[in-house]
Amino acid sequence: MPEVRLVNITKKFNKIVAVDNVSLQIHDKEYFCLLGPSGCGKTTLLRLIAGLIEPDKGEIYIENRLVNSVPPEDRGIGFVFQQYALFPHMNVWDNVTYGPRVRALGRKESEKLGREMLEMVRLFERLDAFPSELSGGMMQRVALARALTAGAKLLLLDEPLGALDAKIRNELRYELRKFVKDLELTGIHVTHDQAEAMAISDRIAVMRKGKVLQVGTPQELYMNPQHIFVAHFIGESNFLEGYISKTNKKESIIELRGGFFVSTVDRTHEEGDKVVIAIRPEVLTVEKDKKRKVNSIFGHVEGFRFEGTNVRCQIRLDNGDLVVAVRPALITEWFNIGEKVTVSFPTEKNFVFPYPEKGLKTELALE
Amino acid sequence: MVHSSVTKFLDSASSKPSVRYALYLSSITFFFALILIPPILGIILKWNTMAEIFKNPSLMSRATAAIYASFAIAIFVSIIDMVAGLPTAWLVARGKSRWLNVLDTFVDVPFIVPTATLGYSLLLFWSKPEGISSLFGGSLVSPGWLLVILLHFAFSYPVVVRVMVGAILDYKREYEEAARTLGAPPFTADRTVTFPILKPSLIASFTLAFARSISETGATLMVAGVFFENGPIFIKNARDLGYESPLVFVSFILIVISCGIFATIRLLGPRLKMPIKSVWPVAERKLSSSGVSAVRNTSSLLVFLLLVLIPSLFVALPAFHAVTNGTISQAARGVGIWHGYWQSLILSYFLGVVVTLLNTMVGLPMAVLIARKRLGTTLSSILDVLVNIPLIVPSIALGVSLSIFWKNVAFIPEIGLLTFAHLSITYPYFVRSMAAAIERIDVDLENAARTLGGRPFTAFRTIILPLTKYSLFAGAIMVFTRSVDETGATLAVVTQLRTAPVLLVDWVKGAVEATPLDIGLGCGILVLLSFVILLVLRLLVRGRY
Repeated sequence: MPEVRLVNITKKFNKIVAVDNVSLQIHDKEYFCLLGPSGCGKTTLLRLIAGLIEPDKGEIYIENRLVNSVPPEDRGIGFVFQQYALFPHMNVWDNVTYGPRVRALGRKESEKLGREMLEMVRLFERLDAFPSELSGGMMQRVALARALTAGAKLLLLDEPLGALDAKIRNELRYELRKFVKDLELTGIHVTHDQAEAMAISDRIAVMRKGKVLQVGTPQELYMNPQHIFVAHFIGESNFLEGYISKTNKKESIIELRGGFFVSTVDRTHEEGDKVVIAIRPEVLTVEKDKKRKVNSIFGHVEGFRFEGTNVRCQIRLDNGDLVVAVRPALITEWFNIGEKVTVSFPTEKNFVFPYPEKGLKTELALE
Repeated sequence: MVHSSVTKFLDSASSKPSVRYALYLSSITFFFALILIPPILGIILKWNTMAEIFKNPSLMSRATAAIYASFAIAIFVSIIDMVAGLPTAWLVARGKSRWLNVLDTFVDVPFIVPTATLGYSLLLFWSKPEGISSLFGGSLVSPGWLLVILLHFAFSYPVVVRVMVGAILDYKREYEEAARTLGAPPFTADRTVTFPILKPSLIASFTLAFARSISETGATLMVAGVFFENGPIFIKNARDLGYESPLVFVSFILIVISCGIFATIRLLGPRLKMPIKSVWPVAERKLSSSGVSAVRNTSSLLVFLLLVLIPSLFVALPAFHAVTNGTISQAARGVGIWHGYWQSLILSYFLGVVVTLLNTMVGLPMAVLIARKRLGTTLSSILDVLVNIPLIVPSIALGVSLSIFWKNVAFIPEIGLLTFAHLSITYPYFVRSMAAAIERIDVDLENAARTLGGRPFTAFRTIILPLTKYSLFAGAIMVFTRSVDETGATLAVVTQLRTAPVLLVDWVKGAVEATPLDIGLGCGILVLLSFVILLVLRLLVRGRY
């Protein structure tokens, strides 16, 4: 069964290190996402697994077989390209049955597989159409059917929804997961869209600058980010800089700029350490009264937007930092611009990271 | 100040649709009046003389044999070009070795060497005791049909390689990768996916190789020997002997069949089906092996070296010899035949400059018109096809027809006829290169300039021109080299004037008494000058980026 194991994989393009000593294990029948900003090396990693490029260092195992020198046609994979790469000179039927034909599966079996897959993606009635006559969503489904007809148990998807409209993208992402799960495949899906990755993955690897920063379930990554970039890239976070002023058995006290003190249950840092505290916008409470509570900071409303389900409130804290609070629209209080407010957050719902060596801005930059 | 007022004037003029249409109309008029109609109508004006050849069966059979030889050689050479050129193009485009850059540069050598010189170089290499024949004690390949085939292969091979390297580099490799991930070995992926997608370029390179072979005159004259005749040689011989009827007949047939073949390729080419349904997995897997690739790469390199590169550069040997034995001092002083040589060289380069300037002026509006479909899709498509005609009509036939036309219509001095002939032959090179470059530029870039307040002329000057600068120079270089190189049409229109390639043909054919060292040096100087000019132009272009 297709379990994929990468051991210390490095790939350079001239002087640029696209993939930097990556080790990963993707389980059988898992829907796994490689997530990261543009240029982080996720597509390179996928192409290395496919055998479309060769690693400079490291080993790639598929089903416990070392495949470093195995050409792509012999790796037993299906690959869906970002722009689909449907052969423009072949109609839908010829595209979909290409895999069985070149693998010499025999005419009857090729036709059976082609029919099944086209029915599965609900495009059997368009088998005579050429790629140029199909919509983006249809092309995506044909590309998927073509990859699956080749009989692969490992499906590699390179930003398969990237070229689609938002609405179709949202619909197709669940469909993709369903196909992979129904056919008991192992799927590796590359995307830069964290919402897409969260919605469909069993596990996600967050990548940046050629390295894997953290691997985990969507919930783990959101609730317990191990790296400041993960806290930034998965969901949203407010980042406040400060120093650990005191640590006791229960909590640490952080002194923020402007003499504000907040407490956190995180006690992994020592007194005097420069740190960054990350707080999700949805855990921030905004109130009009100016009573001092635990972890409360004063400020004034600088922006207030209704977004449908939620309202988004921008608050300029009295120490000059800007934070964003996102609250459910139906149950939250509404504010006027300039209104004085108190912002607070629970002691246990925040993440504390050491202050990055290269500065916060650099560490959070997407490029 | 003057510059800005001229720009202002052109800006305001370009805003008026009437001015723009007048410009397009005049470029169309120029194209029909000077480029297209004279080379075709001239033959038709002499229609009545054609009957004579039908009364002379022996002359008729000579003429038909010559026409047959032209097409048979062109088709055969184009096929061999594809077979030999495609692996080289693949190697250049896909290979990873740094040495392939050297190969890439050397592929252009037969482009740089003027064809007349190339002909003499091949003659020396294959037939004369100075060449490879010395190893075999006699002439390895005597002048005649086989040497003509070797020559046509040498000069049309780079066309196929150049076109296909560009096509392979532009090709979206994802298709091939998709085929590989679906289980196709490299050979199957290329056969069933890559080549069918590259079909338009394959057809284009075949057509260009065919057109180049059917059209060539100067070099063919040098290697044809006494008994072999193809269409252009027959026309040249008939003209020398003053036979008007066979000359008109062969020119007419060459023009008609060339246009017919071109139209057939254009119409049927897109419908041509390639065998992609059947797959032979075992055999194709073997053909994909690294051993087979190594054999293929080595053989294509050997073919290139032995049949193209070394024979093309062989003329350098007598040229060096002439430098060491003193012939060069006679040449430098312009003694004897060298006086005419320098005059012919000046004429060639003068003509090249004039024709390049004229083409740039009159070809640019036509290129815009075709690329941007300014006068509607249908008219632009028709013009797009018509500008190719001078490319496919054999140049000597074009020259004959053009000469007849102008002699019947108006008195034009010989230098004027020569300019018109060169203009006709080189026009497609510039227009095609520029039209393709403009087509590649997103029309929204121009629209953006317009929405920001730029008038049509400013949008063209500040957006299109800078973005197509490379193609503009490339087109101009092609026009210039083609004009300097031209022999067939030149032979057909001149009686007194001698361009450098025509003079070299005279030297080789013995019309003027010249020693092999004279000829070698004459050819060497021509190659050297062409090379230096190309180098300077390339550096100029590079300096602008």
